[in-house]
Amino acid sequence: MEKYNIVIIGGGPAGLAAASAAYDEGERSILILERDKELGGILNQCIHNGFGLHTFKEELTGPEYAKRFSDQVAEKKIEYRLNTMVMDISPDRMVTAMNRTDGLFTVQAGAVILAMGCRERSRGALNIPGYRPAGIYSAGTAQRLVNIEGYMPGREVVILGSGDIGLIMARRMTLEGAKVKVVAELMPYSGGLKRNIVQCLDDYGIPLKLSHTVVDIQGKDRVTGVTIAEVDSSNKPVPGTEEFYSCDTLLLSVGLLPENELSKTAGVALSRITNGPTVNEQLETSVDGIFACGNVLHVHDLVDYVSEEAAMAGRNAARFVREGRISDRSRELPIHVEGGPRYTVPCTIDPARIPEQLTVRFRVGSVMKNRYVSVYLDGERVLRRRRQIMAPGEMEELVFKKSMFEAHPDLQNITIRVEEA
Amino acid sequence: MYDVVIVGAGVTGCAVARYLSRYEVKALVLERGDDVCVGTSKANSAIVHAGYDAENGSLMAKYNVEGSRMMEPLSKELDFAYDRCGSLVVCLSEKDLPRLWALYENGVKNGVEDLRVIGRAELLDMEPNISPDAVAALWAPTGAIVCPFGLTIALAENAAVNGTEFRLNTEVTGIRRENGYYVAETNQGPVEARAVVNAAGVYADEIHNMVSEKKIRITPRKGEYLLLDHATEGYVKHTVFQLPGVLGKGVLVSPTVHGNTLVGPTALDIEDKEAVNTTADGLQDVIAKSGLALRDIPLRQVITSFAGLRAHEASHEFILGEVSDAPGFFDCAGIESPGLSSAPAIGLHMSDLVAEKLGLAMKQDFKAERKGILDAKKLSAEERNELIRKEPAYGQIICRCESVSEGEIIDAIRRPLGARNLDAVKRRVRAGMGRCQAGFCSPRVIEILARELGIPESEITKNGGDSKYIVGTAKDRI
Repeated sequence: MEKYNIVIIGGGPAGLAAASAAYDEGERSILILERDKELGGILNQCIHNGFGLHTFKEELTGPEYAKRFSDQVAEKKIEYRLNTMVMDISPDRMVTAMNRTDGLFTVQAGAVILAMGCRERSRGALNIPGYRPAGIYSAGTAQRLVNIEGYMPGREVVILGSGDIGLIMARRMTLEGAKVKVVAELMPYSGGLKRNIVQCLDDYGIPLKLSHTVVDIQGKDRVTGVTIAEVDSSNKPVPGTEEFYSCDTLLLSVGLLPENELSKTAGVALSRITNGPTVNEQLETSVDGIFACGNVLHVHDLVDYVSEEAAMAGRNAARFVREGRISDRSRELPIHVEGGPRYTVPCTIDPARIPEQLTVRFRVGSVMKNRYVSVYLDGERVLRRRRQIMAPGEMEELVFKKSMFEAHPDLQNITIRVEEA
Repeated sequence: MYDVVIVGAGVTGCAVARYLSRYEVKALVLERGDDVCVGTSKANSAIVHAGYDAENGSLMAKYNVEGSRMMEPLSKELDFAYDRCGSLVVCLSEKDLPRLWALYENGVKNGVEDLRVIGRAELLDMEPNISPDAVAALWAPTGAIVCPFGLTIALAENAAVNGTEFRLNTEVTGIRRENGYYVAETNQGPVEARAVVNAAGVYADEIHNMVSEKKIRITPRKGEYLLLDHATEGYVKHTVFQLPGVLGKGVLVSPTVHGNTLVGPTALDIEDKEAVNTTADGLQDVIAKSGLALRDIPLRQVITSFAGLRAHEASHEFILGEVSDAPGFFDCAGIESPGLSSAPAIGLHMSDLVAEKLGLAMKQDFKAERKGILDAKKLSAEERNELIRKEPAYGQIICRCESVSEGEIIDAIRRPLGARNLDAVKRRVRAGMGRCQAGFCSPRVIEILARELGIPESEITKNGGDSKYIVGTAKDRI
């Protein structure tokens, strides 16, 4: 059986950054397994710009951003296998995968880094009634068809959901010659970044209808139209508000789900809120030696943060291999959240192992204005940051410093609380 | 001139075609869809009923019990997915117990084997998620689940291998009797035959009424369903029905042969024979009723919903046999539940009737067996590696949710009556059937279909007709 010190599942932005950082930490026995025919993951179809502002202080397209990292992987001669599907990961880190040339093969990994990304929620998960004709695509599938294959999925488009991919595709379809009639969003706020609403909808005069959803899909062979209705505060359609839009295409941008089927085979515990693994401050999952980063851990807005998080997972995996250190789960304290945040990543912290600086990320459950975000250690406020506005579509972060913890040697409780300013 | 024309390539038409192909016969199946199994046969409960439900003495009872007995050996002969998981009819009130026993008695009279009424303790043991209200159940160990696509496609392929012709995208627009034979007008020109078998599902009344003065009327009865991710496998181990009772008529909750959980159906009589749309009310109804016999149904894991139309005839009975005022014209009409279960028995008997009428001789070289598409997931690691060495396409996963390789998809396209569109591939190998609902694999399946069929990708459809997946190239109208 083949052996590698680190096996990385997925060669997208998370996997590439994790590999590069593990290398820089001194690790040389690294294998990336990628199911697609090239490295880079979903960035390859994100041909718009806006990537890399934080990491490289310049605006790159998705493929350009991916290339920065795949170039590093090439320079460092890190091994990878393309067109390779991982079929199973065991709790003792045996990774079983398959491709055309190697067949079904198993690799024993010293550490595993989960970097499989996420998938789009489908129509079925929303129970949208109506027919099931051609012309209903997830926004990401349409993006691939247009940007990679060069095909038009449709001419007259309605988009449900204002997640970032939906917003980006509203602009893309318009630029490619389609008419985007409306973007409907179930929630009273957009799930996407503010800059995308401005640059992708407002600039093209595409209406965004908040608190609206699709209540019917017409068309037996191909979509001929959809009906949109306003929803009440419990997200139920309000009778009498139905409006029919003639169109041949419905794009869905209704949420992303971390793809953790493989994590489950390894026995990794998952959060019911993020649908990603619960991780400690090392980004190590509930299974020793299995780390997670990127959208498989929790869905990000900006790839820059994915890279940063993945680099940390890569470094920690390398240290795990080198030092053979096993987390002492009994010392890990959960981060409690109050007043707005729905979850945090990491979910737990071992105060004895906290690095000099630790970025803790979270999302709030609704739009909140003019608040303080505070950190309490055993009831004592050690950090307070003001936020003019927080929204579910924008990930928040706080930097925990080691010094905050040094004054609390017998720490019992860590709480992040959102308070009225 | 054909000996026999069969109208409709659903499970009934394909079963008749398959059993008829045991005879020396020139037979043709006409199907308006772009594939077999595209009407009622593709959207139903995927159940092989044990046969206790249909009224004793009815054709439904007779064919159901016989079909149920035939199904398991047939699944081995034709290699389709079948699982005798057994079924439970759950009684939710002491008051309804007499009707549970009446159902038992009816089943015994129908000849259903091994029926038993079980108490709550045994029921809870069999189905831990059963409702606290459940007091007893009828246990039918001969109840089973089947892949309805697998069954129908297997029957069709076997019929084709034994010489039956299939014409897809061919819709019958009229039938007339002329000089002792029938002429079927279609959108692809006329077809002549000595005998006609009407297996047109919800359109069986229209086909029948073209030749007979004794009119029948089929009402489409819509059933809506929710399908749950196969991560829910094991939530129920048997098909769980609810005894219609004081709490109303429930829905079934059943495992499928592929490990999903199926919940439904509703029952609503409608006019439009094409209205396979789901509705907000229907889906809400399924959700509300699903909780009657079971608790904590994992409805968070719904991956899709769909609707099918049962071909309901007012007498709620199968109409089978030669039409009295149309010699040589055979009806298989009113084939609603338990139609899927009954299909093998209907196929067997109808083909014998037709053969007798036409004086057909048995074929000497009938090939009774058919090998299905290889499911590489079921191979051992060694076997799989051997296969990939020979056919590297089996090493390339295309549908990640259902772990379907390119090799399986190529097989689905190249075999007799092979897949020509995305849904046809999906029905044969499950690419696109999983939790992402074809989001990731569609572009790749299109690529494979186009390459294998030798047509441009822009010609590939979702399910035939005008259901093109791609409408042009980027910026082509700018």
